[in-house]
Amino acid sequence: MTHDPALLEMRSITKTFPGVTALADVNLAVRAGEIHAICGENGAGKSTLMKVLSGVYPHGTYTGDIVYQGEEVRFHDIRASERAGIVIIHQELALVPGMSITENIFLGNEPRRRGAIDWKAAQRRALELMEQVGLQEDPDTLIKDIGIGKQQLVEIAKAFAKDVKLLILDEPTAALNEADSQHLLDLLRGFRERGITSIIISHKLNEIEAVADSITILRDGRTIESLDVKADGVNEDRIVRGMVGRELSSRFPDHLPDIGEVFFEVRDWTVRHPNSAERLVCKGSSFHVRRGEIVGFAGLMGAGRTELAMSLFGRSYGVYLSGTVVKDGEEIQLRSVADAIRHGLAYVSEDRKAIGLNLIDDIKTSMVAAKLQKISTYGVIDPVGEYRAAEEYRKNLKIKTPSVDEGVMKLSGGNQQKVVLAKWMFTDPDLLILDEPTRGIDVGAKYEIYGIIQRLADQGKGVIVISSELPELIGLCDRVYTMFEGAITGDVPRRDATPELLMKQMTSMKKTPTP
Amino acid sequence: MSRIKDLQKNLFGGTTSNVRQFGMIFTLVAIVLLFEIWTGGLTLTSGNLIAVVSQYSYILILAIGMLMVIVAGHIDLSVGSVAAFTGIVVAKAMQEFSIPWPLGIALGLAVGAVIGAWQGFWVAYVGVPAFIVTLAGMLLFRGGNQYIGNADTVPVLDGFRTIGAGFLPEVGPDTGYNNLTLLLGLAACLGVVWREWKTRQTRRTMNADVAPMWITVLRLAVMLGVIVFATLRFASGRVGTSLPISGIILIVLVLGYSYYTRHTIGGRHIYAVGGNARAAELSGVKLKRVNFLVMMNMSVLAALAGMIFVARSSASGPQDGLSWELDAIAAVFIGGAAVSGGLGTISGSIVGGLVMALLNNGLQLEGVGSDMVQIIKGLVLLLAVAFDVYNKSQDRFSIIGSLMRPFSRGAPTAPAGEPRPAPDSDKARVAG
Repeated sequence: MTHDPALLEMRSITKTFPGVTALADVNLAVRAGEIHAICGENGAGKSTLMKVLSGVYPHGTYTGDIVYQGEEVRFHDIRASERAGIVIIHQELALVPGMSITENIFLGNEPRRRGAIDWKAAQRRALELMEQVGLQEDPDTLIKDIGIGKQQLVEIAKAFAKDVKLLILDEPTAALNEADSQHLLDLLRGFRERGITSIIISHKLNEIEAVADSITILRDGRTIESLDVKADGVNEDRIVRGMVGRELSSRFPDHLPDIGEVFFEVRDWTVRHPNSAERLVCKGSSFHVRRGEIVGFAGLMGAGRTELAMSLFGRSYGVYLSGTVVKDGEEIQLRSVADAIRHGLAYVSEDRKAIGLNLIDDIKTSMVAAKLQKISTYGVIDPVGEYRAAEEYRKNLKIKTPSVDEGVMKLSGGNQQKVVLAKWMFTDPDLLILDEPTRGIDVGAKYEIYGIIQRLADQGKGVIVISSELPELIGLCDRVYTMFEGAITGDVPRRDATPELLMKQMTSMKKTPTP
Repeated sequence: MSRIKDLQKNLFGGTTSNVRQFGMIFTLVAIVLLFEIWTGGLTLTSGNLIAVVSQYSYILILAIGMLMVIVAGHIDLSVGSVAAFTGIVVAKAMQEFSIPWPLGIALGLAVGAVIGAWQGFWVAYVGVPAFIVTLAGMLLFRGGNQYIGNADTVPVLDGFRTIGAGFLPEVGPDTGYNNLTLLLGLAACLGVVWREWKTRQTRRTMNADVAPMWITVLRLAVMLGVIVFATLRFASGRVGTSLPISGIILIVLVLGYSYYTRHTIGGRHIYAVGGNARAAELSGVKLKRVNFLVMMNMSVLAALAGMIFVARSSASGPQDGLSWELDAIAAVFIGGAAVSGGLGTISGSIVGGLVMALLNNGLQLEGVGSDMVQIIKGLVLLLAVAFDVYNKSQDRFSIIGSLMRPFSRGAPTAPAGEPRPAPDSDKARVAG
């Protein structure tokens, strides 16, 4: 593939913000018709580089040259880069939920006939584009009625409608389940056959290893290296080494579990969907957690793991129908979040930005938000107590920030996640439910989060980890429950947990007896 | 050079620089000076200052409640109508059933509480957007005012007039000043010094940067200077006038609510709900209760403002409280609150309200017609918020900032890799 000419070259790109250099002398060369991956920890500068390329940061706000199709280009806004055939698909999809697939595909790019939108042509073209991306749906279906995987495909179809030459995907599979991710990766391979060049930014290194032709690794705003996957014999460990600048001997810290007796038990937990009386999201689920135990919940998207967790946590989701919770031998009532917190439950949500944090808060305010009583007398908050508590967690969890007065918005994903963990550790919980605790955070921070989880377990707390990454569950948990369509289908101890077994139980109603 | 940096950093916001706050106070001072010169010294006379306070205190009282409503992510369009409705109910009750005036005040507050509970119910427990609920309330209570008062004017008792037209009485020896006002001024000075000392103590225990001593002294000097000046002006009014009672009510409310919003769990919850309602709910905040109380509190304050207005104009009429909601909302936004909720301070809103009040007053003193006054006020509101929006879109760039830049060259700027949503910490500490 080396004979292919470079489609895109970014040379010595430097971009500074007041006080910070986000990109220092970064180089990127993408050959025509390849899949090029950009890897790096959060904050390494991947997104900034793509924003420079797509004109979000217009020409003049950075230094360095962009050479595209052999010519130097200067994009002043996103429209300019799109006209040149560079389309970026962001992690947060830019679709209008209340509009149909067709309408979304041609949003801002509507085919016209005598001044009016030509819906017939749009419809026809939409079907063609959907065919190309392997999306089988009625083009009149509203976006809100299709799953996230299909929405992703609509985004790609939308890019195709603009006659894309260079497709940039930022964390395209972060929110997708295994099957949808696979489909997307196949699609990318198909594009390569047709000569479309793609840049993919992803934290899922196995996917990169599987699909990419070459890889550029960024660290701290600098280009560390560019690798040719086949020629350099690149594997995951090799990428990780480049990203973190050291060899990660193990992805999980060593841990000797110290497991006590069962202290938390849920029996026949049944919850229905908030808007639909027939749909049960939890079907008579029963499970238990021991002191000091890390319990995993595996399941595909829609299996009901988050729904189970949130309905337990003060009925924050759905409508409670039946079931009991027993903690330390006594039945407890969890009618509100306040009840749940009082009984020592903590729930760290999967979407820290949308529902886990108030992003306009500063670090210390966020950390104490779930148990203000602890630092208050008669409802008056003690600023010194607040500061001391926040400082303690900042040090213990190694949160990288100049001060706890900084806004949480400014932190990287991993550090934000630590703030959320601190917020819930501050409530002195006995049982922590962590929903996708490492989603969207980089390898180094993941390792630290695993360490924190293990320390919590060592303090005699129970920890539930909900995760879509099987290796994470297998590497971290002492026991793993599997869920399928709202029911618990398996209870697998660590020694038996293999991806194959878990996957089998995650995809079938029958409870497979564990050997 | 570094001194100017320190000054910029510490003079107005405890420790963190707060461009917005600085900008507002800067604007307020500029407006005062501008009109003082333009009107040939009329703006800062005792008589005018007293008039400004009694004329605008009810708007500022509304701004307090409105700030909390807006921080929680709502809006209240009904305050003018609620004020007018309460005014007529109280006036009628005193006229028809000759209830004593203190009972009248209690009745007014109760009416406000009931109306507030009504609106809070729809907003918090039914989930109707506050915009709609209070738009309905605006019509409902305006109509109610005219229904009860037969679209007529109803006079109120003299005793009742104290809260709107009363002043601190003359007591003690004849010093040539109003003694109670002097005492109040002294208390304010002591309070400011104590607070400053307390802040330094706290920051020292937290191992945080303590402002250099000369900054503290300078800031104290400025604040004490302003207080002493205001005290003398208010105390030396025409005999029988001094600091208006309505001004005292306002000061008490500002202090109380500032403390509540900044230092208590309840106050923290309002910001949490406005910042991210779902996150707040999942942190154990009782969302519905917070929304209910915020809306209810607003109506109680509107009732109080209505009674003060009626007391001042000595009668309740059908035109009372027209477009007050707009003045109150404008004050809050000029004072730096975010349209999306979660950000804003009581002190900022008061400064915003004062900017509007002094602008109004100065233009009136100059004989500018109400047509031009409205145009100018509209532009000020637009520019103040535009300034904010621009400021955010430019990662901290600001007009004030650029004015200050020649002095602060070499000063490290806060890292801003991500565009900041807003000055993040202004709700925690603000010179107020």
